[in-house]
Amino acid sequence: MIEPIYALLLTPLLAVAILAAVSNYRVGAAINMVASGLSCCAGVALLFVERVRGDLLIIDDFNIYLVILTTFVGFTTSIFSASYIGHELETGRLTPVFLRFYHALYQTMMGAMTLALVANNVGLLWVGLELATLSTVVMVGLYRTPAAVEAAWKYFILGSVGIALAFFGTILVYLVAQDVLGQGLAAMRWDALVREAAKFDPQLLSLAFVFLLVGYGTKVGLAPFHAWLPDAHSEGPTPISAVLSGLLLNVGLYALLRFKMVLAANPAALDVGKIMIGLGLISVVFAALMLYRRRDIKRLFAYSSIEHMGIITFAFGIGGPLANFAGLLHMTMHSLTKSAIFFVVGHIAQVKGTQRLDDIRGLSTTHPTLAVGLAIGVFAIAGMPPSGVFMSEFLLISSSFPHAPLLTAILVIGVLLAFGALVLRLQGVLFGTPSGERGAVRATYIPLFIHLAIVIIAGLWLPEPVIKWFRIVAAQLG
Amino acid sequence: MLSFLLLYQDRITATLNVFALQSVMLTLAVAWQAYSQGAPHLLVTALLALVVKGVVIPGAMHRIVRRLEIHREVEQVIGGGPTMLAGLGLVALSFLLVLPIGKSGRALTNPLVREDLAFALAIILLGMLMMITRRNAVTQVVGFMSLENGLVLAATGAKGMPLVVEVSVAFSVLITLFVFGLFVFRIRERFDSVDVGALDRFRGERGEPS
Repeated sequence: MIEPIYALLLTPLLAVAILAAVSNYRVGAAINMVASGLSCCAGVALLFVERVRGDLLIIDDFNIYLVILTTFVGFTTSIFSASYIGHELETGRLTPVFLRFYHALYQTMMGAMTLALVANNVGLLWVGLELATLSTVVMVGLYRTPAAVEAAWKYFILGSVGIALAFFGTILVYLVAQDVLGQGLAAMRWDALVREAAKFDPQLLSLAFVFLLVGYGTKVGLAPFHAWLPDAHSEGPTPISAVLSGLLLNVGLYALLRFKMVLAANPAALDVGKIMIGLGLISVVFAALMLYRRRDIKRLFAYSSIEHMGIITFAFGIGGPLANFAGLLHMTMHSLTKSAIFFVVGHIAQVKGTQRLDDIRGLSTTHPTLAVGLAIGVFAIAGMPPSGVFMSEFLLISSSFPHAPLLTAILVIGVLLAFGALVLRLQGVLFGTPSGERGAVRATYIPLFIHLAIVIIAGLWLPEPVIKWFRIVAAQLG
Repeated sequence: MLSFLLLYQDRITATLNVFALQSVMLTLAVAWQAYSQGAPHLLVTALLALVVKGVVIPGAMHRIVRRLEIHREVEQVIGGGPTMLAGLGLVALSFLLVLPIGKSGRALTNPLVREDLAFALAIILLGMLMMITRRNAVTQVVGFMSLENGLVLAATGAKGMPLVVEVSVAFSVLITLFVFGLFVFRIRERFDSVDVGALDRFRGERGEPS
């Protein structure tokens, strides 16, 4: 039997090779699903084998949970994507040639993201993220409408500048580490970096982090560097919006958190927490205000992603076991809920033939199942009980209030503003005079309702092992 | 190393030829690094820089420019003078930022490495400046490439950094050209212009579907 970690990395690689050769889109979609499912199994199997800790790869409590989350959402999204693209072919927005391309790229992106997650080497992490970014750039531009090309171009320029700066930061980290750890691969290993961080030169380390923050912060979509995010989300195919929002942002944040752990181990270096709190708050308030003026349904939820990334960054910035716990939980819940929302939004946009909020009316009478899915999703993402998002937000606010009452107040205002905006928009979409055709939907509801069920169950009752696990990770993050 | 100073001046009024020249200079710098560090694998990086960035990419870009017939226009958002000043400011900033670091004595004790890093940072910042001040898609690409040159310089200056990284950088540049080329042509196809400003009307909220 092969090691799950290699299965995890090799499955997407093989899938890319096969998918690039398969021209039938149905077969391609099936292979895509099978490959994603296998990756997901490999991810879960990681739980039951010994932890790997090599020169290049690492599996620890922190990334194992993100690997499982990533592969799981990747799997459900591939199911959704199979039903989504069939419709896109019929309407002629995509051709089979592009679909071949699309499936291969989808697996490239999934493989690159898992590579970034399991890398024990700051360079390898960077390569993984860069590869994932490049593949999404092409997918965003897949429709080749002027708006899609502009979105992809913007994403590409901002993404590559971000990734270039992150690379410079990586070089600086290496430079700072090589004096202590010696030359070669040893000075790029996470575990070694964290262990020896106290001996590093604080000035250079802080400088490195500034570059890393701007670089990977661009990936996360934090407020000053977020400009690419709404465009990329709204113009690409919806399955891509789902994985972008639910996964790629997480991986960017994961990179930042790893470096935060390194800096936290060096008392003389910059206090990273404060910067992250600041950026997080700016993102939350800014995105919440922007939510009110949206006219495109996918853009609306893209801004909501910025808001939630802000909340998570804020949580990790506050630090401490409780806030970190809340941050981890929120990361999971946001991924599941947001991808579920994008699944339902994808189907809505298909049946209504438009993404404009003004033209999507009376969904509850024309397509009741979609309407119910959207309503549950929106209430969950807005933080209503009994969803898991409510629980993580509640935890975060109650844990950060004693430390920083004023900052928490700003956060609460931001969250409430966003809540108002989302409900306001939802009302228009669900009720009102029905618009558009009543065409039947051929959609798979399975991924959507699996995600929503997990989110709601997590809000009501979190299994004991999961809690214990999150606690350990939260303690590691410091 | 000092010859980079000349490039700062030239680059503000950059053309593809200057980019090629810069890449050749990069090659020399990297080769010099390979010699002084006694690391033969850096010569591979140098050769890559020479062939890919010094010859192939500028050549390909020239072809793109000729085919699109856009070599006349070098549109700038900010005029030449202020850009020069901003560039000088950025160079000063990067030197002020990097040079004092070694003084505390714990890291970067070798002054050469420090200077190398300062140069690299200056090139990266100038590359960004160029991307910001030019509106033409092609010149933005050149700006990005020179940014990447700065990265390579920094990476090779870091003694003993594994080859993995250099290969990945070279690789990424290739992909970059591929994707950029694709985009340039797509933009051309859609707008009959490579001016990024033409894309502006789609910015922000999508008005009417066009």
